[in-house]
Amino acid sequence: MTDSTPKGLHEGPAVGRDEWVARYAERRLMPTGPLRTIEDRLRLVPWWAWLILFIAAFALLPVIEQSGYVRRVAFDTVLYMLLALGLNVVVGWGGLLDLGFVAFYGIGAYTYALLDSDKFGIHLPTPVAVFVVVVVGAVVGLLLGLPSRRLTGDYLAIVTLFFLQLFQTITTNGDSVGGHNITGGPNGILNIDPFHLFGHNLAVQHEGVFSVSYLYLALAVFGVVFVALRFVNESRTGRAWRSQREDGLAAEAMGMPVNWLKLLSFAFGAAVAALTGTLYAALSASVFPLTFYFVLLITVYTMVILGGSGSQPGVVLGALIVGPLLEALREPDKSRAIFFAALVGGLLLLARRNRAIGIVGLATLGFGFAVHGIAAAIDSSWVAGEKAGGFAGFVAHWVVVPAHLASWIPPVSYIGLIAMILLVTVVRGRLRQVLLVPTLYLAAFVWENVMLSKPEPARFIVLGLILIALMILRPNGLLGERRVEIV
Amino acid sequence: MDQFIQLTVDALTLGSVYALIALGYTLVYGVLKLLNFAHGDVFMVGSFIGFGMLQLLGGTSDPVVPVWLLLVLITAAAMGGCAALGVAIERFAYRPLRDAPRIAPLISALGVSFFLANSMQLLFGANPRNYDTFALDNASLYTKGFDIGAVHVALLRVITVVSTLVLMVMLWYLVTRTRTGKAMRATSFDREAAAMMGIDIDRVIVFTFVLGSALAGAAGVLQSLRVPTTVAIGFVAGLKGFTAAVIGGIGSIPGAMAGGLLLGFAESYAQGYISTKWSDLIVFSILIAFMIFRPQGLLGRADIRKV
Repeated sequence: MTDSTPKGLHEGPAVGRDEWVARYAERRLMPTGPLRTIEDRLRLVPWWAWLILFIAAFALLPVIEQSGYVRRVAFDTVLYMLLALGLNVVVGWGGLLDLGFVAFYGIGAYTYALLDSDKFGIHLPTPVAVFVVVVVGAVVGLLLGLPSRRLTGDYLAIVTLFFLQLFQTITTNGDSVGGHNITGGPNGILNIDPFHLFGHNLAVQHEGVFSVSYLYLALAVFGVVFVALRFVNESRTGRAWRSQREDGLAAEAMGMPVNWLKLLSFAFGAAVAALTGTLYAALSASVFPLTFYFVLLITVYTMVILGGSGSQPGVVLGALIVGPLLEALREPDKSRAIFFAALVGGLLLLARRNRAIGIVGLATLGFGFAVHGIAAAIDSSWVAGEKAGGFAGFVAHWVVVPAHLASWIPPVSYIGLIAMILLVTVVRGRLRQVLLVPTLYLAAFVWENVMLSKPEPARFIVLGLILIALMILRPNGLLGERRVEIV
Repeated sequence: MDQFIQLTVDALTLGSVYALIALGYTLVYGVLKLLNFAHGDVFMVGSFIGFGMLQLLGGTSDPVVPVWLLLVLITAAAMGGCAALGVAIERFAYRPLRDAPRIAPLISALGVSFFLANSMQLLFGANPRNYDTFALDNASLYTKGFDIGAVHVALLRVITVVSTLVLMVMLWYLVTRTRTGKAMRATSFDREAAAMMGIDIDRVIVFTFVLGSALAGAAGVLQSLRVPTTVAIGFVAGLKGFTAAVIGGIGSIPGAMAGGLLLGFAESYAQGYISTKWSDLIVFSILIAFMIFRPQGLLGRADIRKV
């Protein structure tokens, strides 16, 4: 960095400057020498080569790792990637807040279930059923967009959110519509046919292990959807989407059919979600209403926002991070490892800007041993929590883990932790660094004592925190383009 | 006829709770132009604070204070706790995003809502909490009251509706007759101009969150006096309150009251005369009808876009 570049020029609100000017400092900060050459070379690799590389790497996974569990997680992650790609069309390109997105996923799954199961004895050939499902998804998306097309994002949010609720109402109560049982109610629809392609039934299990066929099929669908959406985005329609997102009024003045464009992005997102729904239904052979609810919605949103809404590789990366993360947080051992990795990683990241953070890290380590020692000296049952070997054993010598957790400890420590974190964000300078030490230790205490035993809410708390922190610290996500608001 | 009266009484109780929630949405929207998705979860937290306070005071079977004081105290605790929560949410999740693109605070709000609901589940589990008001003073809240024809209107319902009315009148007075209220209205009308006239915008926004969240806390207690509460009620309550605010005309305080009552009536009659299961569908149809024919809501102003 040369002296003439003002520090932090590329930070702060870039209102009123266009992208090129806003990124001036960033360009000057780019590394020189061999790193620069490597980066430039990498940039020259076309996008489709990256895509092929990515899919090939993903396809190799079940070859290396034989366990059915890993394959299943990989399959779920591909579904998440598809959902994220679909949501990216609506949120990232269309700029619309679609809170009913997962309802379309549900519609896809349910429609496929009705068309290919013993429920009504209909067994359409798979390609026909999938085609019908995609059309149904797109049409319902169009219909839902119609009443809200003239309205701003807020109204769209309520209509779509209510639509999600309505999907729940219809599927849970659809077991007695005028005496007919259509959706199976809370018990869902069972015995859905697997996909039948090229004269073969795609079995879910192969010799007792999760079959790779669905994983490869999902990957193929992913590749097709990725490429198709990429072409759409580079077409006239894609450019029009982005311009109406930036400034609807200006786009309208340029003669773009803004309402139609919004509906179109809605329909595209819905169609992708419905298509993904067929994969889900065919694999799990059963569908239940509660699968398609608020939790899944937030999950997919976190993926899109974390990866960077508007960027296809970004949202795929987001799904690739969040999907396995949610899975890993279910297990105490992995969850603990992730927590400490995030803690150390975060400190290292901060230490690049501020050397004093290194001292904070060491101080926290010392603080932990001190607290542990004092607690053990007062009452040995305070640190008598289960002891294990390895990393967990080390942690048990550092974090206070009482043998019996009094009922007041979880609420007090958890709420205290939140208060401490909020306090740390408010104070500045030396005081912040001093406060950081007990806060980090308290976080470890809460994680070890409160969160690990209840993975279900704990992992969703992590999602909520990611969303809030991202919006404040890095709204463009990992790979998304920074939006420059033009005034 | 009896059924009609019964349903009307139900509608009034249901509608008052919706109206209280809707007021919170509308107040915040009026000042910040932000849909505070976390509001439904503030309502849920309020119902839990009320429950905690009730346990502190000895529970309904053996309260240490007179019944009326007990009710006042748990409501006050919930209102105070929720107000603090609302201020914290505003300060840490929304204020940093005040000048960001409009979608950013919405997504942050989604995160807050999800965070609150799951934190409560982490700490207190998914079991329903019953205030058990029936045990209070030999069920006098249910047996007392008055009769319209053959329909008995329980004291509890009267309390719900009357306290809602009192809160609304207090809010109306605050907003239209005090200096702070004037500042709120000015900020809502044009934030920049209000700032230039020397109004402390941050203070006004914090005050708005205090008001809205306190109302949500009160609503949480009023609802839970009749129905057991769980950590999952925030989503649907928020959705209904939000719908009420939109139907009434978002940003308009009388609109939120009207919208809440309308929603209460629609739901109650739909449940009574048509079907319990499909009342959501009917409410959704009303919402869509409003979107198409009167997007500005019952009492809202038409949104004029300035270029």
